[in-house]
Amino acid sequence: MSEQYKIEIVNPEKSFLIKDDVTEVVLPAFEGEMGILKDHIPIISFLKPGIIKIYSKSGQENYYVEDGIVEFKNNNLSILTSSIDNIKNMNKSKLQDLLKIAEQEVVKFENNDQLKYLIDQKIDVLKSLN
Amino acid sequence: MASLDDLKKRIASVKSTQKITKAMKMVAAAKLRRAQESAEKGRPYSEKMNNIILNLSIGISDKDSLPKLLSGTGKDKIHLCVVMTSDRGLCGGFNSNIIKKAKNYFFKLSREGKDLKIITVGTKGYDQLRRVYAEKIIENISFKSSKNANYSDAEKVSKLIIEKFEKEEFDVCTIFYNQFKNVITQIPQAQQIIPLIHERSDGIKPDDIYEFEPEEDEILNNLLPKNISTQIFKAMLENSASEQGSRMSAMDNATRNAGEMVDKLTIEYNRSRQAAITKELIEIISGAESL
Repeated sequence: MSEQYKIEIVNPEKSFLIKDDVTEVVLPAFEGEMGILKDHIPIISFLKPGIIKIYSKSGQENYYVEDGIVEFKNNNLSILTSSIDNIKNMNKSKLQDLLKIAEQEVVKFENNDQLKYLIDQKIDVLKSLN
Repeated sequence: MASLDDLKKRIASVKSTQKITKAMKMVAAAKLRRAQESAEKGRPYSEKMNNIILNLSIGISDKDSLPKLLSGTGKDKIHLCVVMTSDRGLCGGFNSNIIKKAKNYFFKLSREGKDLKIITVGTKGYDQLRRVYAEKIIENISFKSSKNANYSDAEKVSKLIIEKFEKEEFDVCTIFYNQFKNVITQIPQAQQIIPLIHERSDGIKPDDIYEFEPEEDEILNNLLPKNISTQIFKAMLENSASEQGSRMSAMDNATRNAGEMVDKLTIEYNRSRQAAITKELIEIISGAESL
């Protein structure tokens, strides 16, 4: 039995990524990082800003996401997100821009704990990438 | 009867109109392909979103704690209608079909004694509705500057709607748009998005048991606003494909009509030219005879 399953990442405009030789995916789920292997129990969860790590035969790929919903069922992992980028394609200046926007936003959300938590996460992730 | 010169001018003007409509048809055809492609590419997202919400609402144990976006406010008094039309004209019956559908719905609402509020997306719809429903229109949004339908525009609209919902400015929200079937057929749709009508398709088995992290209601609270953006985005994509399709067939018709008109005018021109020549000949001959 192979240990591989299928992943599909969709954003509103198109199907972003489809792979069927994935062995493990690490997701920045809302309540902490979560690794998904084959035959995981069906789960629905949503993402906080962070990095999706996809391990497959062809190597490791990293994607930066800001939000999203994850569904795992019958060895199909679907990720719905409106903001995703391959880290390889993100250069320093783009990261800096995102960081700047996030730092401006953080002030706005002083009185909303959940949003503030999310945006703090985003800043941390962006800083670690820089 | 028009003089030869007048006829010549008319033929020239019809021909140049034909050139314009032909060019517009070509442009619409090119844009249509792109719009259709993105409408098709956007489908998996909204379908998946729908499925997840379906699974969630089936799985949720406490029916009373359902978020209001899903279950509604419990009232059915104020209806918000989001009428989505294009920003440009010359696209056949595209805009008027949506408006017709919307107006029928408005009639039904007023017969039932419900309150009506309207948000128009796109200038054409605003122009048409302004005449009768000016005081009902609370907002007019236009995305003239953005070339293609994009998700952040849809998010803006949905944010506005959710804001108004949270302030309890309305109970039920319906969006109006054209669904793209093919180039000739576009079907005007009225889709209720708040409260969400989740139809259970037979393909879904209720025995799919999910683990939720965090709790179901928290996920739903997070997911439902996103679903509204998604539905509006879907409507925008369908609309832009429909608009181009509708424009393409309208311009195709216009080009054909112009061609027919040129033929008719050319025959008329040739006839009156021949008549003028004959008349001159008769004059000369009868002049010669009288000598």
